[in-house]
Amino acid sequence: MSLWDLFLSAAFVENLPLTLFLGLCTFLALSKRPETAVGLGIAMIAVMGVTVPLNQLLYTALLAPGALAWAGYPEIDLSYLALLAFIGVIAAVVQLLEMLLDRFLPAVHAAFGVFLPLLTVQCAILAGSLFMVERDYSLAEGFVFGLGGGTGFAIAVTMLSAIRARLAYADLPGGLRGLGITFILAGLMSLGFSSFAQMAAQ
Amino acid sequence: MTAPSPLWTTLTAPLIRQNPVTLQILGICSALAVTTQLPTALTMAASLTIVLVLSAGIISLIRRHIPDAIRLIVQIVIVASLVIVIDQVLQAYLFEISQSLSVFVSLITTNCLVLGRTESFARHNPPLPAMIDALGNGLGYSLVLIAIGAVRELFGAGTLMGYQVLPLAEQGGWFTPLALMMLAPSAFFLLGGLVWAIRTLRPEQAEPPEFATPQIPEGME
Repeated sequence: MSLWDLFLSAAFVENLPLTLFLGLCTFLALSKRPETAVGLGIAMIAVMGVTVPLNQLLYTALLAPGALAWAGYPEIDLSYLALLAFIGVIAAVVQLLEMLLDRFLPAVHAAFGVFLPLLTVQCAILAGSLFMVERDYSLAEGFVFGLGGGTGFAIAVTMLSAIRARLAYADLPGGLRGLGITFILAGLMSLGFSSFAQMAAQ
Repeated sequence: MTAPSPLWTTLTAPLIRQNPVTLQILGICSALAVTTQLPTALTMAASLTIVLVLSAGIISLIRRHIPDAIRLIVQIVIVASLVIVIDQVLQAYLFEISQSLSVFVSLITTNCLVLGRTESFARHNPPLPAMIDALGNGLGYSLVLIAIGAVRELFGAGTLMGYQVLPLAEQGGWFTPLALMMLAPSAFFLLGGLVWAIRTLRPEQAEPPEFATPQIPEGME
């Protein structure tokens, strides 16, 4: 699979929120307005594009079975520690990104607002790194996969927020207002995105 | 009739009245991904409940010793360690199910439900109420998972827990499986419908309209 195919497949065929149900908490909670949704989408692309390749390096250099052979311990398998290591890397990257933006690009930092720290506990980001291990991606593939996954999330959350903004004045039944209709909208979008899987299969 | 004890209320409130999934929007990520079949949904529900109860207990025990500034990291590390244990146990004894759950067991770590409960309840309460609150929330989450898992398996494959309940048309029965139930969109529709049903039965949970319709004064029309 070429890198461009991998990017397209990560962004559309395996769309994180709509096909794999990842990152739904932020997907639903922060899609009320298009402005916040765009900010969240850009933050997702940045964080996933950085953390997936970083975790790939860490995993192949330290944690994979037999990875410590260079230090003289070829039989050690630390892969069960991957989860802790990945969470640590993600938390550190998010913190670092926040500090850098605050120092050099305060306007962008203000636009991100509270979303940046929230990304530490975003399932989609952690899942990106876990899928990378499960599917044995190389460094370049990991980078492209991270960017693609982030882009797919950004597209989905922006589209959902645009629809919700249009629905703000709609006269919905009381029980369906808010969360209920958002689920049904996400379901309809998910139907649309599942046609990408058909295209990829051909 | 005596008033129910506070512990009992802590346990039962999150079942339907304050269900973590349908009202608090916590832990939805995993609630949908693993519900194509009942067995995976049950395993996931049990794993999450165990992690939730244990992490609430541990965090509540050391709640006076965690500095405020680094509490999130401490909580995540505790939860992640528990998840690693569960993941290893599942791989050892339930290998097939753990294969079909894929990365979603590891994702319990970032399940908003776990951090949400430890952050908002276990951090301020002694171990016993904290664990009971966690158990209640875990059961509430399990209820939603089991309901959606059962519907999807029943209508998507005609089976429950792997047993044929509805005779399939291709085997001489009358039931044609709905392929949509096995796909992602159906989970969204089912959960949306569930939220709608609960909020119709309990109108106090419905969200207030974002914009009020302007009242047209008399005589303007």
